Amino acid sequence: MSDFLHVYNAHAFPAADCPQVDFETFRRQVVEAVAGGARLAVLTAQQAASQDSRLIAVLMGLEAERLSVLSCPVGSSYAALTPQCPAAHWFEREIAEQTGIQPAGHPWLKPIRFIPGPQGSAPLPGVADMFGMAGSEVHEVAVGPVHAGVIEPGHFRFQCHGETVYHLEILLGYQHRGVERALRGGPDRRTRHYMETLAGDTTIGHAHTWCRATEALAGTRVPARAQAIRGLAAELERLANHIGDLGALAGDVGFLPTQSYCGRIRGDVLNMTAALCGNRFGRGLLCPGGVAFDVDGPLAEELLRRLERISTDAGGAIELMFRTPSVLARMEGVGALSTETARQIGLVGPAARACGVDIDVRRDQPYSIYRFSHIPVCTWSDGDCFARAYVRWLEIQHSLTFVKEQLRSLPAGAICQPPQPLRAGQMTVAVVEGWRGQIVHLVSTDAAGRFDLYKVVDPSFYNWFGLACVLRGQQISDFPLCNKSFNLSYCGHDL
Amino acid sequence: MATAVSILHVVLALVLAPLLLGVINRVKAKFAGRRGQPLLQAYYDIAKLLRKGAVYSRTTTWVFRLGPIVSLAAVVASLLLLPLGAVVAVVAFPGDLLLWVYLLGLMRFVTVLAALDTGSAFEGMGASREVQFSLLAEPALLLGLVALAAWSGGLSLSQLTGTHSTGWLTGTAGAITLLVSASWLAVLLTENARIPVDDPNTHLELTMIHEVMVLDHGGVDLGLIQYAAAVKLWVFAALLAGVLLPVRTAWPLVNLAGGVAGVLAVAMGVGVIESTMARLRLLRVPQMLVAAAVLAALAVVLVLR
Repeated sequence: MSDFLHVYNAHAFPAADCPQVDFETFRRQVVEAVAGGARLAVLTAQQAASQDSRLIAVLMGLEAERLSVLSCPVGSSYAALTPQCPAAHWFEREIAEQTGIQPAGHPWLKPIRFIPGPQGSAPLPGVADMFGMAGSEVHEVAVGPVHAGVIEPGHFRFQCHGETVYHLEILLGYQHRGVERALRGGPDRRTRHYMETLAGDTTIGHAHTWCRATEALAGTRVPARAQAIRGLAAELERLANHIGDLGALAGDVGFLPTQSYCGRIRGDVLNMTAALCGNRFGRGLLCPGGVAFDVDGPLAEELLRRLERISTDAGGAIELMFRTPSVLARMEGVGALSTETARQIGLVGPAARACGVDIDVRRDQPYSIYRFSHIPVCTWSDGDCFARAYVRWLEIQHSLTFVKEQLRSLPAGAICQPPQPLRAGQMTVAVVEGWRGQIVHLVSTDAAGRFDLYKVVDPSFYNWFGLACVLRGQQISDFPLCNKSFNLSYCGHDL
Repeated sequence: MATAVSILHVVLALVLAPLLLGVINRVKAKFAGRRGQPLLQAYYDIAKLLRKGAVYSRTTTWVFRLGPIVSLAAVVASLLLLPLGAVVAVVAFPGDLLLWVYLLGLMRFVTVLAALDTGSAFEGMGASREVQFSLLAEPALLLGLVALAAWSGGLSLSQLTGTHSTGWLTGTAGAITLLVSASWLAVLLTENARIPVDDPNTHLELTMIHEVMVLDHGGVDLGLIQYAAAVKLWVFAALLAGVLLPVRTAWPLVNLAGGVAGVLAVAMGVGVIESTMARLRLLRVPQMLVAAAVLAALAVVLVLR
């Protein structure tokens, strides 16, 4: 008999109803549930001045369509969950770093964002205790945090013997802005900006999750037309990023035609979002209560016309890549991850689906438009770079169909409900399938209806450790390809 | 007259070498549906670099500074030994083919030394890859030379491609020409860091071979390295064009024009290869080079049969 509270995706419940058990029960139930096939979506510690600290866990897949919440009081130390539940690894390191609560028995307890410098001085880039390998013939390769391309900062440390990587450790945190702390006490006029810039390439994804959490807390009902337009925007974001990723993967293996064409087509898709709201990344499109911009008849026609062209062009460029033997030879078998490992470390999104993990929030915890229009879930079994590329191509095709359908059958009605103040003492978990995977916002309000907890989990947070696992036993020259096949966000992780 | 044309070839090679990069990039741009960079971009880059100062790491020694100068000197010297089809080399003597091969070897050697001198993990990795792959490319190059030397009965490069005509693509001679050319094409792509072996456009240090060895060079040094690389590309393209090209007339200038056209055609061919295939995994490169050596060995067998 478990004590979890099962709630639907982005349904509010009184914060007082959040079940609280003693730590032993909490630990046992979470570990058992994850061992039994549930997935750990959030594990965080809430520290409030007025009350004791508590641990909150949110699980997915325990109860159909619902999320399961459980909490327990915690002191300055507790027995770490990670040894029995590897998916808690990153969460527990975050807890120790943010609150000072020690998960005793954690196998590799070090900060995930703020690595202090020697003797507590200011952090130095890439200076930290690293997992090392000894021997006269092994060597270490350090890459970053400043990279050769125009990409975000992160430090990678490889333990190599010749060209073979035995271990990769990833150091992040260079993009930390303190978003979660800044959100507490909100919402205010800056909240929307924080949400849209949590990860620039996932503007719609994070804004959508935030809107749904806020609407749940305020008790706002979103009009059908707004839900459809949100779905449009979300799928356009997925299209733009997946097409861009396939182009970048082609570039990494040195296959020019697909690289150049996909770069251009990605721009075309971004321009469709710009036609919707005036911004290529969809800033300002979503607002609590609905959307800020309508799609009228002529615009829908125009978008459909552009979509036709994009379908043809993207099909040609991407099929060409998957038909070219040298590309397949380069991608197949590189950076493979087993389904079992992917499950254990809690991978999400296309990276998990490429390993044969059959998860997709749009189907499993359906929300807004996806309750009425279903998108098939695409999985592949190999878990290698090819699989991660191919799952993206499958998803592109389904998203194209979905966007066309929605544009042809937009429901009539208003596009926005006037925003209402948040109700006091409420809690909610909103989950959305962003293009990179599930985005989770765990939010609760205090007695004045202000945020007293705003926990953001970007899909990159789940997946960075997956990238490190993938490199084991691989050629170091294959790292850029593996990295690109995940294409994780640094700022989404660092918050 | 013949000597003047030979000297003219060296001058043309020194002037036109960076143009080959422009030709390759233009072909790649056309395949990708882009307009592409200016044909003369490589000249602009080298001119820009030559105007700059250089920054030297404190961990480097004179070996690091010597690298670019010696490698340029070696490749220019190898140009003097190089015929272009019927246009004989400026300097030719029996056995010059070995000197030619090892002048290019010297160029690689000093580049590798300069890379190791920095003590950087990246450069060490690049040096290790460069040495590994050229170790496998050298047999292919030498076996091809042995095949042609045995066929033409001369031990000078100029005799290999000049006085001796294979009668082009028919009979045993044609088979030998084709086998050696195929083998040397693989050597050309490897030695000049082109796709499918290396990607000259990538900015990802971990996958580079040649580029990663010169990461720490800047300014004039980098300019010299880029120029030397362009001349090296010309050297290999001229060797390949010289073997493949059927222009063997009595007029030296026509021979030269034909040869230069052949070199440009090789550059276009490299552009087409780079546009239509992806890079090999580094693990697969040795397989390609061993296959190239086997083709050259087959040519030797055909000659000695």
